[in-house]
Amino acid sequence: MAYNCVVLIKQVPDTKRITGEAMNDDGTVNRSALPAIFNPEDLNALELALQIKDKFGGKITVITMGLPAASAILRDSLFRGADDAILITDQRCAASDTLATSYILSCAVKKVGNYDIVLCGRQAIDGDTAQVGPQLAEKLGIPQITYVEELIELNSKSITARRNIGAGWQQVRTELPALLTVTGDANEPRVAAAKKMMKYKNARTPIEIEQKIRAENTEATEADIRELAKHKCSKLEEKGLLIKQWDLDFLEADLNWCGRTGSPTKVHRIQSVVLAAKESKSIEPSEKGISDMIHELIEDKIIS
Amino acid sequence: MIDVNKQGEVWVFAEQHNGQLEDTPIELMSKAHRLADTLGVKLAAAVLGDGARDIATKLIHYGADKVYLAEHPLLGTYQTNSYAKVMFDLIHKYEPQIVLYGATAAGRDLAPRIASAAKAGLTADCTDLQIGDHQVTKNGDIHKNLLFQVRPAFGGNIIATIINYDRWPQMATVREGVMPMSEPDVSRKGEVIEEKVQISKQDLPLEILEEHKRPKKVNLKAARIIVAGGAGVGSKDNFQLIWDLANCLGAAPAATRAAVDLGFIDSDHQVGQTGTTVRPSLYLAVGISGAIQHQAGMSQSQKVIAINNDPDAPIFQIAHYKIVGDLNVVVPKMIKAIKEKSIKEEKTVKA
Repeated sequence: MAYNCVVLIKQVPDTKRITGEAMNDDGTVNRSALPAIFNPEDLNALELALQIKDKFGGKITVITMGLPAASAILRDSLFRGADDAILITDQRCAASDTLATSYILSCAVKKVGNYDIVLCGRQAIDGDTAQVGPQLAEKLGIPQITYVEELIELNSKSITARRNIGAGWQQVRTELPALLTVTGDANEPRVAAAKKMMKYKNARTPIEIEQKIRAENTEATEADIRELAKHKCSKLEEKGLLIKQWDLDFLEADLNWCGRTGSPTKVHRIQSVVLAAKESKSIEPSEKGISDMIHELIEDKIIS
Repeated sequence: MIDVNKQGEVWVFAEQHNGQLEDTPIELMSKAHRLADTLGVKLAAAVLGDGARDIATKLIHYGADKVYLAEHPLLGTYQTNSYAKVMFDLIHKYEPQIVLYGATAAGRDLAPRIASAAKAGLTADCTDLQIGDHQVTKNGDIHKNLLFQVRPAFGGNIIATIINYDRWPQMATVREGVMPMSEPDVSRKGEVIEEKVQISKQDLPLEILEEHKRPKKVNLKAARIIVAGGAGVGSKDNFQLIWDLANCLGAAPAATRAAVDLGFIDSDHQVGQTGTTVRPSLYLAVGISGAIQHQAGMSQSQKVIAINNDPDAPIFQIAHYKIVGDLNVVVPKMIKAIKEKSIKEEKTVKA
């Protein structure tokens, strides 16, 4: 039998390249100042979905919540083999913590409907919280299998997977539908397929189209821009290249549970990490230098 | 979600498996004790399991004033849904103001499920906890005595302090190994409250078919001296230098993520943000450049010796002893010096 998979993905700043200038005064991150990438473990989640589709058939829907620029990872997913892609973008999503994010995503997954397996990366490299997966499972009222490193068996009734439990592993089975969070050890994500890249390279979300028209027609009135965008969108839709874009109204989300209002956790303070030893000595790499240092450490009872 | 409730207790979720209490709740107890004292409330531990009474006593020795003991045959093995349901019920019954969990595999699986059901806040992977006041920028309101949940973010490049002033309880998972364990006091007395558990097979949607637990090959958290090697060591063969130096110091061998990824040593030995957090008396960093992710796991070491041939390596910023030089020359010299000193010491003792 075929399985319908929904994969939740996130565009994240490449945290290996962060400087203080990338932070806003209010403690939030200025994402536009950083290179944005497909969250690594979300690629593993997508790969697992693709392997399920290769073996059993079915449909893969990818969803991301983010800024218009996050459309890039949706396109990337289409290049790799996803069937459908959805961007959730809405200014009222801003400042959502993991609880509000999981609520909004749960509205989107319910809207997609008819799913057998929901897949997330174990965690995103910007926050490293690993919370959205389990919270989403709770909101959908389905069981979760976290830290999946291998899919063992899948049949119409149940899914069996091996999960990493720190010092060791566990093989567990549960009924479908279920949510999996996938680790980086699970697989090696495939690269984009050239054919699909040709097919989807012009796929766009409505907001990308609108932004482009706005940039190219600085003199145009608001009404003109809207008209132009509408026209372009319908042309893309005919070719199957319009990426879906949903807002909170479309999701019929309760705004009390979204964005800043829906987020119990707030930022009190952000500090840059400054690490420095209080006192520091340079030691000559000579026998005497090293011997003196060892002597000092023994004197100080640090080594015995 | 429960209402803001300044009389609420401070709770620690006491993770146990097969009647064995994990280290993390014990680490949490001494910090949680200070938080409870500052707030003038009681410290309680919540234990779920089947046959966990001994653990309750142990928790009192480690500082709990009260232990909520939820025992049931179906709680014998940890499962997300069953544990989340029982914790959720306990939280709504007693309304603690703070609930802390270890950021273990189970803790990070469980806590978000509870937070979602309770519609409460949760901060992941904290490295410190404090009590403090917060002023809301928008309206100037001051919220007193909140839990400051301190955590690294963005790959350890920043430290964020997170608060939660309106939807309680304030909940956090806390990194393993970042809080020192205190000594148990076997004379301490406390109250054990036995809880009736409402639970059925339906709360156990997982079937655990097989489980393989293996003890970690090395206990880095307990090590007094750690010798760690990085990518600069060059090869698995050359990593023998790290083992040799560790052996003659009675130290635990460790490594950076880069060295583990290169296959120099097993991941049980990994120190850093994605590995173990350590706080030894002495940390020898050999051929380690000192990426912020690595520093996050070892910066609390009392003394750091760094050996690297690059004088600009960031590890030197936190080193007490800096040795700029080729590790293939420096480490053997160091081994020699240690052996000579220990022979001399022995002689002195004998005389």
